[in-house]
Amino acid sequence: MTGMLSEGFLVSLQIFAFTLLGSLPLGMLVAFARMSRFKPLALLARLYISIMRGTPLMLQMFAIYFVPYYVFGIRLTTDSKWYATIVAFIINYAAYFAEIYRSGIQSIPRGQHEAAQVLGYSRTQTFCRIVLPQVVKRIMPAMTGEVITLVKDTSLAFSIGVIEMFTVAKQLVASQVSMAPFAIAAAFYWVFNLLIDFVAGRIERKLSYYHD
Amino acid sequence: MTSASTGTSTAEKSAQPVVSLAHARKSFGDVEVLHDISLSVVPGEVVAIIGPSGGGKSTLLRCLTLLERLDGGDLSYEDVTVARGGTYGDKSVLAAARDRFGLVFQNYNLFPHFSVLRNVMDAPVCVQGRPRAEAEAEARALLAKMGLAGSEDKVPCQLSGGQQQRASIARALALHPDIVYFDEPTSALDPELTAEVLRVIKELAAENMTLVIVTHEMGFAREVADRVVFMDGGVIVEEGPAEQVIDHPREERTRAFLAQRER
Repeated sequence: MTGMLSEGFLVSLQIFAFTLLGSLPLGMLVAFARMSRFKPLALLARLYISIMRGTPLMLQMFAIYFVPYYVFGIRLTTDSKWYATIVAFIINYAAYFAEIYRSGIQSIPRGQHEAAQVLGYSRTQTFCRIVLPQVVKRIMPAMTGEVITLVKDTSLAFSIGVIEMFTVAKQLVASQVSMAPFAIAAAFYWVFNLLIDFVAGRIERKLSYYHD
Repeated sequence: MTSASTGTSTAEKSAQPVVSLAHARKSFGDVEVLHDISLSVVPGEVVAIIGPSGGGKSTLLRCLTLLERLDGGDLSYEDVTVARGGTYGDKSVLAAARDRFGLVFQNYNLFPHFSVLRNVMDAPVCVQGRPRAEAEAEARALLAKMGLAGSEDKVPCQLSGGQQQRASIARALALHPDIVYFDEPTSALDPELTAEVLRVIKELAAENMTLVIVTHEMGFAREVADRVVFMDGGVIVEEGPAEQVIDHPREERTRAFLAQRER
């Protein structure tokens, strides 16, 4: 039983990893778009964030799953569910990360930008050397929270029929007439989140060499 | 309004100015903050800008350091013409101008995540492309000169306000500016720490560095400045040798301001 659950957990882990891999950089692009001085782009990013955060992730998965078929008439294959899940997770989480990035970037005092400008740093240098390292420290707690939420959200893939850990647990509960699989699944989520907490704590401690 | 012409009161008048500003105008919305300001500073000159808050001192400094843009007037750093008639040059011109001056902020604006040493040597390496070893050696020497030997590996938050301000002076000097601006460098400091920062600035003045200092420290201005500029209401009300402007002001507004300061 635990073996089946851990196989499911591997799938959950894949959703988790691919989502982070895609949404962490995409969120940065969205944050830049949201802060752009080019109004239409900023507006578009706002709309994107609003929809992604304002509608259920489960619905977004279905939408992304069915759109290729209904709009473009593309035949759905067995892989379609998997890709729809990953894409939905990435674009959904990018919206949340974008807002966290934006809050961090905008919290850096004006004086830091001005000092960098007077010293002759280019805009890219200012962002990469001066702003970004300070942003990382400031957004760590919020990012940790969001990543922990993602671990639990991977169970939503169950609704579209991706065989991840929660799907496996539910099948086991039905076949064995026991709640134990749920308890074990819960333990998997919790232990993995403990690990995330531990790593985040290490990073925060590493960045605590200064305060501002 | 008297005077306000360019650098008439200095002996070194013949030398080409490091910076010259002519007929500068700047408004924020409907409020005109700078009204036809002309000012130039010759090499080795120390200019103190005094005056009440909201009189335009900080805006003037921010325009000179390209943090704000003029609405009208000319600004040049020797051969680099930054703005003519309120129209600014392109990126490369602004970069060339930024290479000529340094600015020391009221609240230091050190980079909190860099060590003190890296604060001083990062721009020389990263912006000016100087060899790392050379930049580091110079940064260490500058920090020692600022009385910060032994603090190279600390981060700014481990330093006192006075030490942070001295580190930020070292950071400005590391880029070899022709002129250094100070924006109320001691306003955030208590008297004891103020003294140590003022001592450092006096040393720079004694070494013939070209300095422009916005300050509320009248005693310091009188002591260190070759020329004192009194600004109020967006204009230069009066300027001249320190003893004249501070001890024998000709203008009523200057007198009122100085009386209020209760020297």
